[in-house]
Amino acid sequence: MALKGNLKDFNVTQLFNLINLARKTGSLTIEGPDRKVEVCFKEGKLVTASLNGQNGGLIGMLQKAGKITAEQSRVVRDRSETSADKELGLLLINAGYVTQDDIVQSVRAHTLDVVYLLFTWTDGSFRFEPNRLPSEGAITVPINLENIIMEGSRRVREYEMLQSELPHLDMALRFTERPDAKLRDINLTVEEWRVISFINPRNTMRQIAKANSMSDFKIRRIVYGLLSAGLVELVMPEGPQEAPRVSEAVSAPPPVKRSLILRLIDKVKRM
Amino acid sequence: METVKIVVAGPFNAGKTEFISSISEIDVVSTEQKITDNPGVEKDQTTVAMDFGRITVDKELVLYLYGTPGQKRFDFMWDILSEGMLGFVVVVDSARPETFREAKTILNRFRRYATTPYVIAANKQDIEDAWPPEDLRIALRVSSNTKVLSCIATDRESVRRVVLELLYSIVDLAPED
Repeated sequence: MALKGNLKDFNVTQLFNLINLARKTGSLTIEGPDRKVEVCFKEGKLVTASLNGQNGGLIGMLQKAGKITAEQSRVVRDRSETSADKELGLLLINAGYVTQDDIVQSVRAHTLDVVYLLFTWTDGSFRFEPNRLPSEGAITVPINLENIIMEGSRRVREYEMLQSELPHLDMALRFTERPDAKLRDINLTVEEWRVISFINPRNTMRQIAKANSMSDFKIRRIVYGLLSAGLVELVMPEGPQEAPRVSEAVSAPPPVKRSLILRLIDKVKRM
Repeated sequence: METVKIVVAGPFNAGKTEFISSISEIDVVSTEQKITDNPGVEKDQTTVAMDFGRITVDKELVLYLYGTPGQKRFDFMWDILSEGMLGFVVVVDSARPETFREAKTILNRFRRYATTPYVIAANKQDIEDAWPPEDLRIALRVSSNTKVLSCIATDRESVRRVVLELLYSIVDLAPED
């Protein structure tokens, strides 16, 4: 089943978060007013990206990265009988023009260029087609999404969006229990590390911001990134807190006996 | 006679009225009026006060189902409705991602009103564009121990399953007699 929507309602960071956490395989097409991007994922990892239906081809990517000259590019194009990137890559390595690492780095840089461009888009329809992958001949370089999501969230400038995502700074945070969330593999800024060091169900976001002299906007942006990368989750704060406002007071559940609920269950079962 | 209540919340046009209608033994008492905002949505009436349904267990016990108003300007009603509830259902239109943000806001707000159990009904699963419950879970940022249930609010059996799941969550936390 394809997932469809618009970036106005569900932005790129949220889409990548969904694909990352659900370990999705398939292709995401986003159509902006005058451009179209197609990004492919395998088991939650980014593998290829193309802008306006062209990924630039391996030769283009290597030339852009300065790994081969225009002359080498022309020679390879003239001599090769294939347009499949994998075969071209082998030809280039055998000819001694590039190494395998040059190819991986160039494809990776191209993919990231296209994807970071997406984070500047605030409008555009998207469609995720499950299990649709790039062609057999394409070179795929799997890239973890957590770093990309963190980088994307650093570019967020919309206060309203952050406030809507994180309306209450008196919620606390805790680390998720994902065994594969390897914090050490993620590039974090000093400020993000400072927030990380205070993560504890007893500390509200407001307290963390105060301890680090951060504005509401900054703490929201950092927490939004950590949430989107699947590193933390929101929880009700534990322990003594400031009294909530009367209109938002948390009320205890009414004292209802177990037998009463069991009668309700029995009734609904028989309906 | 003892009465208990469950609240059915969710964004505008998510299917709350249908949800309650499908399981209530009485015709749902709705106070609806012509909508005055959200002009782009094809619904000419919306709930401004509340929907009200009933399930009678026996002479001594009745369960009431209250639906919250869908429009934001009536959200002052929410804390009144949530007073003393056993638990709540958040109904989400799975085919309209433009409402997910609002659903998340409603969910967080109700969680702050009361520490009662809740479930999420991923409604309109019969529509081709519906997001699956597991994707909705991530979109709404709810943890894996929260039930996100497939639902078709116009189908009594589907609604019955959602209500049952909520009751199972409530009984898990209920004190022994």
